[in-house]
Amino acid sequence: MAFKIIVCAKQVPDTNEIKINPETGTLIRDGVPSILNNDDANALEEALKIKDKHPDTHITVVSMGPPQAQEMLFECIAMGADEAVLLSDRAVGGSDTWATSNAITAAIKKIGDFDLIFAGRQAIDGDTAQVGPQIAEKLELPQVTYVEEFEIADNMKDITVKRQLEDGYELIKIQTPCMLTAIKELNEPRYMSMKGIFNKEKDIKVINAADAEIDLTIVGLKASPTNVYRSFTPKPKGKGITVEGDTEKDVAKTLLIDLKKKHII
Amino acid sequence: MNFQQTKEQEFVRKTVRAFATNEVEPLAADIDKEHRFPVETVEKMARYGFLGIPFPTEFGGAGGDHVSYAITVEELARVCASTSVIVSAHTSLCCWPIYHWGSPEQKAKYLPKLLSGEHLGAFGLTEPNAGTDAAGQQTRAELDGDEWVLNGAKVFITNGGYADVFVVMAMTDKSQGNRGITAFIVEKGDPGFSIGKTEDKLGICASSTTELIFQNCRIPKDRLLGGVGKGFKVAMSTLDGGRIGIASQALGIAQGALDVTVEYMKARKQFGKKLSQFQALAFEVADMATKIEAARLLVYKAADMKDKGLPYGKFSAMAKLFAAETAMAVTTKCVQLHGGYGYTKDYPVERMMRDAKITEIYEGTSEVQKIVIAASVIGK
Repeated sequence: MAFKIIVCAKQVPDTNEIKINPETGTLIRDGVPSILNNDDANALEEALKIKDKHPDTHITVVSMGPPQAQEMLFECIAMGADEAVLLSDRAVGGSDTWATSNAITAAIKKIGDFDLIFAGRQAIDGDTAQVGPQIAEKLELPQVTYVEEFEIADNMKDITVKRQLEDGYELIKIQTPCMLTAIKELNEPRYMSMKGIFNKEKDIKVINAADAEIDLTIVGLKASPTNVYRSFTPKPKGKGITVEGDTEKDVAKTLLIDLKKKHII
Repeated sequence: MNFQQTKEQEFVRKTVRAFATNEVEPLAADIDKEHRFPVETVEKMARYGFLGIPFPTEFGGAGGDHVSYAITVEELARVCASTSVIVSAHTSLCCWPIYHWGSPEQKAKYLPKLLSGEHLGAFGLTEPNAGTDAAGQQTRAELDGDEWVLNGAKVFITNGGYADVFVVMAMTDKSQGNRGITAFIVEKGDPGFSIGKTEDKLGICASSTTELIFQNCRIPKDRLLGGVGKGFKVAMSTLDGGRIGIASQALGIAQGALDVTVEYMKARKQFGKKLSQFQALAFEVADMATKIEAARLLVYKAADMKDKGLPYGKFSAMAKLFAAETAMAVTTKCVQLHGGYGYTKDYPVERMMRDAKITEIYEGTSEVQKIVIAASVIGK
């Protein structure tokens, strides 16, 4: 039986290209290219590596977003995914992470069986790292976040992952079905292939809230418990100072005097 | 009239641009300096299907179009002309004639490995005394029982040192002139076939340009491509398409040189101003960008006509003529705009200028393109 993987992906504005309007404090979105979220590309790559080794693996990419997000799903299929599902509906617009994970969980239930869900750690536009873990909770799946190494046994059941921590790592054994979130250290995502780009049978399904049988009281802006109170651009920090002196002792002395003057010590 | 790229073509550019930036550009200066054929890049390009773009999937191709192929060569040439010509010579000069002129058995035998990039292709027409003057071929082929016996030598063969499959022209009946030329498929390792000297060139130094030597080279009878006496047709139709590849290469070189020059002009300050703020210099940029865009339209038009099955020989000749001359003019100007730095190997425009020159020469010189264009405009 085919091993089934679901990869959660998001189309995001390329934050390297984003500028902030200094007067209004809002993002300038005009002309900013949309891309496949970086960590999600790592998630997809790991799924594709499983498929490289076990060709009967079936990869479905699931996303929520406006119809333009089909472009990103086109890219996922051109990289090697088998099919893609986009949940696109005004009713889910403005969802915070809780509402988003409700919607995506419903979409995943609609897709059906799976052995493994891969998601990126977080999206570069929101940086919350919440949606993946929330989906796992709602699907009652065990989960490991911040995965930097992944290995699956030939029985396609036993998984060993290395989980990145701030000051080290954990080696964790986990069994399918489960949810893993990928970080950039996990792998180097492949490019789209020419065969993938010209694949005439690209299967991108666009579904709405009704198709996914979503309870409309738990999705969208109104159902979202998080509200953005204010967003602002932090003031740029001043330039640092270099303390100079003839000897190390002089430098230390000058530094101590400065710190005392500022009542830091 | 539709100047909009398809979604597929946009994705081709996106993926090749990323590939070129990450995998090709970092090597470009070194492989040029070392005159080293980038085997590792060819393997990567094979993995992503760059070596079989405009061919049907039934033979292992990507099922793409010639505009996408042109975009691929352009984007590779934007950072490394040597790498781009590997793809161009392989695709246009070896895969295409086998695809177009080959028997079903030849297609089944050669195309899957060529299009997957497992095998690399080359094309042998030019000889020491026969380039533009194809009828001056001295390589001979004679039928001996069930085998053809080839004798002679080819020069300036792109991919020569690394190719596995060669489409080779040889004279089967000298008295017939062009109609006495016949095309053959020669494989690396065929008895009596060897690779001669590798050329030491001005530019595209990482491209392998070699002699092919045939000394009683015996190949099976079924290696005949397109029929006895059809070699001139095979060669000319192949070069019609090949010109799209070289025009794309020239276009990419010009675009790459302009892009790095604009960056340089925005950073370099003289007399208290950035170079880009001097109007005389900014106007040079405007002229170059306009020429490049005109070249791009000609190149894509020729490729699009080929995709649509329309006669495109005149347009591919125009595209190659104009794009090659644009590449030479733009890269020369870009070196000038860099001043002394542009003349050093610390900046890529020096390499780009050397690389540009060949586009005015190979796969039909600019003069040959004018012959083709004039004949089609005036009549023969």
